[in-house]
Amino acid sequence: MEEVKLMKGNEAVAEAAIRAGVDAYFGYPITPQSEVIEYLMAEEPHKRTGMVVLQAESELAAINMVYGAAACGKKAMTSSSSPGFSLKQEGISYIAGAELPCVIVDVVRGGPGLGTIQPSQADYFQVVKGGGHGDYNLIVLAPATVQEMADFIELAFELAFKYRNPAVILSDGVIGQMMEKVVFSPQKERLTDEEVDKLYNSWATTGKKNGRERNIITSLELVPERQEAHNHHLQAKYKKITENEIRFETFNCEDADYLLVAYGSSARICQKTVQLAREKGIKVGLLRPITLWPYPSEAINKLADQVKGILAVEMSAGQMVEDVRLAVNGKVKVEHYGRFGGMVHSPNEVLDALETKIIGG
Amino acid sequence: MTEEIIIAGFGGQGVLSMGKILAYSGIMEDKEVSWMPSYGPEMRGGTANVAVIISDERINSPVLHNFDTAIILNQQSMDKFEESVNPGGVLLYDPNGIIHHPTRKDINIYTIEGANEASKLKSSKTFNMIVLGAFLKIKPIVKMENVLKGLKKSLPERHHHLIPMNEEAIKVGFEKIKEVQTV
Repeated sequence: MEEVKLMKGNEAVAEAAIRAGVDAYFGYPITPQSEVIEYLMAEEPHKRTGMVVLQAESELAAINMVYGAAACGKKAMTSSSSPGFSLKQEGISYIAGAELPCVIVDVVRGGPGLGTIQPSQADYFQVVKGGGHGDYNLIVLAPATVQEMADFIELAFELAFKYRNPAVILSDGVIGQMMEKVVFSPQKERLTDEEVDKLYNSWATTGKKNGRERNIITSLELVPERQEAHNHHLQAKYKKITENEIRFETFNCEDADYLLVAYGSSARICQKTVQLAREKGIKVGLLRPITLWPYPSEAINKLADQVKGILAVEMSAGQMVEDVRLAVNGKVKVEHYGRFGGMVHSPNEVLDALETKIIGG
Repeated sequence: MTEEIIIAGFGGQGVLSMGKILAYSGIMEDKEVSWMPSYGPEMRGGTANVAVIISDERINSPVLHNFDTAIILNQQSMDKFEESVNPGGVLLYDPNGIIHHPTRKDINIYTIEGANEASKLKSSKTFNMIVLGAFLKIKPIVKMENVLKGLKKSLPERHHHLIPMNEEAIKVGFEKIKEVQTV
């Protein structure tokens, strides 16, 4: 049995990356996620596994280093916080277009602009709805515990390689900065160059051997007919991901009259709200999307048949609430509540909002 | 058992490490723990605070509105957190530098002369352990042996020679705590 450790979410991301056999981390420090690169630098994983850790000159450089390493079939990742994530958008769109696997962690802080360094969930639109140009989707996982910050690294790489698509871990300053118990998986060996060649030689640039076609990594296709065909191919892949990879969990929904929908740290806060509400005799349940793309629309739609109203709780001016409304399709009232700009709502504030906006509204 | 604690004071007083040691002590007893700091520019010379939860059950929200115990180490934190103590809860504070003392009648209030006792021990760094000792006297939620294990876990090895002094400081806190009012 592995030892139980007390760690920050950001540190857990870093340790989990080493253990997952990641080949390379490229990053640039920014609060509140700097502990990722700090931990990696202090831990010197090149001595443990041979993993490369490099502080790039900018976020743009870091994402393009990931692009390059991913093109060679390597497990590559980067992490940042909101303003830094914005800078990575061009690279992310290219990687999605070129169909390469990689993992990007966003520990969200308050915006817009440089904003604040305190927690926020206002990057939902940017991460879930694209952010970069073109028709693409990222696989988006939203951890709610320090343990999940660690577990989702391996899951994100698994999904990224399964579908040759970038995967994002969308976290926030609460989960990144808080400490909780965490238990890590045993160390996984990094793949050797020979293993990478064997597994990914249908697409990775591992050096052209006799008997196979050249593998070309590009997101450029100037013939519109071919670019349209490529887009059809991408859309078919996204459909497959949507059919197979939706993840969510529910709390106290069996007898619920009202529903909260929240992800990440807001889902933690809402669990306490459910407890407080039930102590007052109000039957509230919580649905927590674990994947934000693909989104658990069908599960929310089903619960809309049962409940009298739904409150989407997120630390933003109201972003995910649009997906809840699309899922519910007018069946019941859907409202949004959330503090934003770096402020974190308390369980009591969420309960007040539920009572005024949904129950009494 | 669930104990929800806010520790609040100036940056540099050891507020965050006190919380960390408490959290580690909880882990040594197989309890669930969470440690949620307020971080940011406010830490430089301003207030620093951390919410620590120790529980037998899975912890839901690490962010809280009210606390079972508030450990308050400066005036700004008193102004901010006196109101957030649950009725019947505990407010423990160091009166050093406090101008407006707590006025609530529905909570238990204790003082610990942490800063003065630390200077008697000739080490200002023992301040937070004195306060921790005082807290453990009122709320023995973790065993002393596990606090020492937690201390060992959270200190880097090069500082392990300081453990006896910290143990001494915890005992001082245990002895010097004063009751102001109980309800």
